[in-house]
Amino acid sequence: MSFDIKNITEKSPWQDITEGNHIYDGGTSRDFNTGEWRTDTPVFKKELCTQCLLCAPVCPDSSIPVKDGERLDFDLDYCKGCGICAQVCPFNAIEMREGK
Amino acid sequence: MAIRDRLSGNEAVSYAIKQINPDVMPAFPITPSTEIPQYVSSYIANGAIDTEFIPVESEHSAMSAAVGASAAGARVLTATSSCGLALMFEELYVAASNRLPIALALVNRALSGPININCDHSDSMGARDTGWIQIYSENNQEAYDNFLQAYRIGEHPDVHLPVMVCQDGFITSHAVENIELLEDEKVKAFVGDYEPDHYLLNAKEPMAVGPYAVSNYYMETKKAQTEAMKRARDVILNVGKEYEKLTGRTFGFFEEYRTEDADYIIIIIGSGAGTTKEAVDRLRAEGKKVGVLKLRVFRPFPEEEIAAAVKNAKAVAILDRCEGFNAHGGPVGAEVMAALYQARVHIEVRNYIYGLGGRDYRVEDAMDVFDDLEGLVNGTKEVELYPYIGLRAKG
Repeated sequence: MSFDIKNITEKSPWQDITEGNHIYDGGTSRDFNTGEWRTDTPVFKKELCTQCLLCAPVCPDSSIPVKDGERLDFDLDYCKGCGICAQVCPFNAIEMREGK
Repeated sequence: MAIRDRLSGNEAVSYAIKQINPDVMPAFPITPSTEIPQYVSSYIANGAIDTEFIPVESEHSAMSAAVGASAAGARVLTATSSCGLALMFEELYVAASNRLPIALALVNRALSGPININCDHSDSMGARDTGWIQIYSENNQEAYDNFLQAYRIGEHPDVHLPVMVCQDGFITSHAVENIELLEDEKVKAFVGDYEPDHYLLNAKEPMAVGPYAVSNYYMETKKAQTEAMKRARDVILNVGKEYEKLTGRTFGFFEEYRTEDADYIIIIIGSGAGTTKEAVDRLRAEGKKVGVLKLRVFRPFPEEEIAAAVKNAKAVAILDRCEGFNAHGGPVGAEVMAALYQARVHIEVRNYIYGLGGRDYRVEDAMDVFDDLEGLVNGTKEVELYPYIGLRAKG
């Protein structure tokens, strides 16, 4: 029987919960929109960005997508608004805004 | 042919560990269980077994390492006593809720304070609601026999829970008695290899252990865990029957000693049962109808079976080697009385506290308890609900 984390939901009866809540799969955090927790939101100011790419590796999640050597706008599905990227940016190209 | 030997309780459990050859043993020394990791370390140093011994800096770390090793897929054990078990408190719950079949050789010792190194059951009774199966031993033989059954119970697919095998500190752990040991190959065949379905070191199946469970999942998880504890009842009995075929020794939830027609029964856990049996024999010789119910399995609690076993008695004394501080008795008393109430067994019951911090419990003490029960039923004696045995008191 193949395991799919999405089959376990907040409607699942206790008999369908895995033993000890074990998760028999990898990378399942992709399936959870943890960006819902966010209370502050980073705003990307493209005109100030020099593409130095200091921000992408310091993101504790995967909210700064990089394609062909250039960072794109934030993927807010996983961003918790920690603000590390804004702190590290030397060009004020990331501004933290209150709220989602 | 069984091997006849003379061993202390600690030696007996260590010998069982040697015969099982588990994968990992993290442990921290604490009296009176220190000898167990010591003996196991010697077995490892001498090349008798290849268990990975992890010397940790505390019992908190011992149980944490046990949880990690067990989740990784290893057969794991540790040993401790008293405050050592108390320091494991958080991880005891983690081990049980993660459904890890770890074995713990507990040598019962009083909890501080006042600081005391001698036997009582306050350590394991404090951990009674952590989700561990608890099995208690009367003597060195039972400490050995119970430990050999621990993995068969905990690792059973219907169960997957950790198992605590308890013996009385010093009284059992350090006293040398005759013992019958099984041959190594019989132990190997009985305990078998540990092959978990899911484990962290399985490269073919990525896995997460111990994820956060929000309110929408927590209760369902706890229900599943308690159902496993219920299923452990049948598994404990079946493993006991299989072990009986191997040894001729019987293992149920409890031992009934001369209770079949008994008017007065003492319910007791651990080495005190042996003392009480001697009192029963002496009183039976005088024609008194008395008996002992020695509780072996405290978690899961065999409430229906206990109620059925004592329902024809006139009075029962429940002896607790642990103060409950609920101001009306000890933990065994509370649970047995709840069981009797549910089964509509309305007989006289008294809950005695005895043997705290290693206080002697003598044959005469047990005889006095039986005398109390008889006097209570005959109306010739008043007995408070919750007396202390062997206590110095004014007046």
